[in-house]
Amino acid sequence: MQIFPRSLNKLPLIAAIAINVVGASVTFGAWYYLTPKNFQVGYAPVQPVPYSHRLHAGQMGMDCRYCHSNIERSAHAQIPATQTCMGCHAMVKTESPRLANIRASWDTGKPVEWVKVHKLPDHAYFNHSAHLNAGVGCVTCHGRIDEMDVVRQDQPLSMGWCLECHRDPKPNLRPKDQVTNMEWRADSAKGWTAPDVHPPQHCSGCHR
Amino acid sequence: MSDYNLPIKELGETPLVGDGTTFSSITETVAHVTETKAPRAWWVGFLIAVSFTGVLGMAIGYLFWTGVGVWGNNTPVYWAWDITNFVWWIGIGHAGTLISAVLFLFRQKWRTGINRFAEAMTIFAVMCALIFPGIHVGRAWYAYYMLPIPNEMSIWPNFKSPLIWDVFAVSTYFTVSSLFWYVGLIPDLATLRDRAKTKLRRTIYGALAIGWRSSNRHWSNYERAYLLLAAFSTPLVLSVHSVVSFDFATSLMPGWHTTIFPPYFVAGAIFSGFAMVMTLMLITRAVYGLKSLVLMKHLELMNKIILTTGSLVGYAYAMEFFIAYYSGNDYERHVFLYNRASGPYAWAYWIMISCNVLSPQVFWFKRFRTSIPVMFVVSILVNIGMWFERFVIIVTSLFRDFLPSSWGYFRPTLIDFGIYAGSLGLFFTLFLLFIRWVPMIAVAEVKGVLPEADPHHGEHAAHEGEDHNHDEAEGDVAAAPAE
Repeated sequence: MQIFPRSLNKLPLIAAIAINVVGASVTFGAWYYLTPKNFQVGYAPVQPVPYSHRLHAGQMGMDCRYCHSNIERSAHAQIPATQTCMGCHAMVKTESPRLANIRASWDTGKPVEWVKVHKLPDHAYFNHSAHLNAGVGCVTCHGRIDEMDVVRQDQPLSMGWCLECHRDPKPNLRPKDQVTNMEWRADSAKGWTAPDVHPPQHCSGCHR
Repeated sequence: MSDYNLPIKELGETPLVGDGTTFSSITETVAHVTETKAPRAWWVGFLIAVSFTGVLGMAIGYLFWTGVGVWGNNTPVYWAWDITNFVWWIGIGHAGTLISAVLFLFRQKWRTGINRFAEAMTIFAVMCALIFPGIHVGRAWYAYYMLPIPNEMSIWPNFKSPLIWDVFAVSTYFTVSSLFWYVGLIPDLATLRDRAKTKLRRTIYGALAIGWRSSNRHWSNYERAYLLLAAFSTPLVLSVHSVVSFDFATSLMPGWHTTIFPPYFVAGAIFSGFAMVMTLMLITRAVYGLKSLVLMKHLELMNKIILTTGSLVGYAYAMEFFIAYYSGNDYERHVFLYNRASGPYAWAYWIMISCNVLSPQVFWFKRFRTSIPVMFVVSILVNIGMWFERFVIIVTSLFRDFLPSSWGYFRPTLIDFGIYAGSLGLFFTLFLLFIRWVPMIAVAEVKGVLPEADPHHGEHAAHEGEDHNHDEAEGDVAAAPAE
């Protein structure tokens, strides 16, 4: 007695192909899409103060370190205090409604709650000063901040992305006096050869 | 017929089935179990087993929620019951492939009575074992780290580490054992399909039997596939536990860093696997009345293997001590003399020695080798002893670190017990389901060792004028696998 139709004879072949195709697509899809490259890049949260880097760092040409002081000396890159803002804004644009939160912070002494954009996992011990002192420019990891009205994450900051540079750092190095220069390019810098640096590639280099 | 008792030289000295066993009585005995209501004992066992599986689920859930701190593992004992259970289960999972593949290649026909059973046990034991690598770091969501999958971290498993080869070895073993088991099942599933009375049964067993019609070509393909799978699995019997032993042997821990580990682990694995098959077989044989298919002869042969492997393991224990002494290495000597044979874990060590080395020695005597109560007790003692062997190897090598300042003592927690008991629950749940729904003895293969399956069967009888026997035999040969 026939229980199953003849057409089911093709089932094993179809199932074998389907399992392989689905397995490969799931692996590839997870590898490609479930990554910071897909999920993190472009993260641009609304900040409590509509501060524009394009205006300050781009048009007015302020050096990054005017506000983010000590970035080449500290392991942790600072966000400027309200006092840094008020150093200028006590005199310019004193009535601007866009600066209301800064003035409120200045009056009450409560810091502005900026939203962190570039997040690293707790188990990655990233040292900001080590990178600047090796000659890695701001633009390498943060992108063209001087062209952003709202700061957004430009690079994936994934472990694979870190390792790419740790394995071959030379293309991302520049003279130390050029680290904050957004427009510096290795091909237009005469007589520049990247120094030999050996960033760690072992686990405990970043995970202690 | 008196013919059943006549020796057939190709099949050994005595028939491998009981008196009066016929083709139809084999089918009837085995298929009957899956076609009638389960006995009360089955339900009692099943409910207990399922409850323990629930305990396993809850304990693992709590582990994932809280972290590995719920276990007794702590500095310096980073591995304890988790890896002990893993190695224990993997070891138990060795008997199936040894019986089905190695004994098949060596033409040990007595394996037919127990191979289905042992293979099923293997698969379920490996399933239980596979839980532990997945949960032993407490972060199941990182289990994919064990596999070489491309990822955004650009990190790969270390191919120089035995741990990755452990994953490969165990998963290969699981795949090949499952395939082997399933291929062997196909003719029997077809038998169940043909006997089915309801549409549902016919459809399910029909789907599982993938169109088996017992044609000559089917049998010829089947035999070839079975032989190939046996050839694939044979090296796995040796490789899987060798690789598991590398997890320890390639480290520089005194007590682990030993070249004897691979053969010692393989012998221990076969030892514990046979003991587990024996325990389960004795119960099932009594409950389901399989005494005509699993003879005392089978049990006695298994006891001989238990005696052999148990003595091999005993030799390995002695050799470890000798090498620790002979090496002149203080740390090695300390591990064996003061951390194992004496010291706070001496009780575990001596349980191991008495269960694994001493208890099987009773099998030197035929009287004990053929006594069901004795072999039942010994098989359980061996299971206990082999669990303690892994516990002794892991914990007593770790608990006294090189610096006395970092010495510790491992105490299991309730969750440790829950996960271990739960894994036993899962094992027995799967096993009871297997007994209930799948032919637990390889019907087609056992038919192959019946005297009637011999192509020359009845030739001498023909001289005595009983040629109806001859015709019957000729007709039935096609229904049994060609040997």
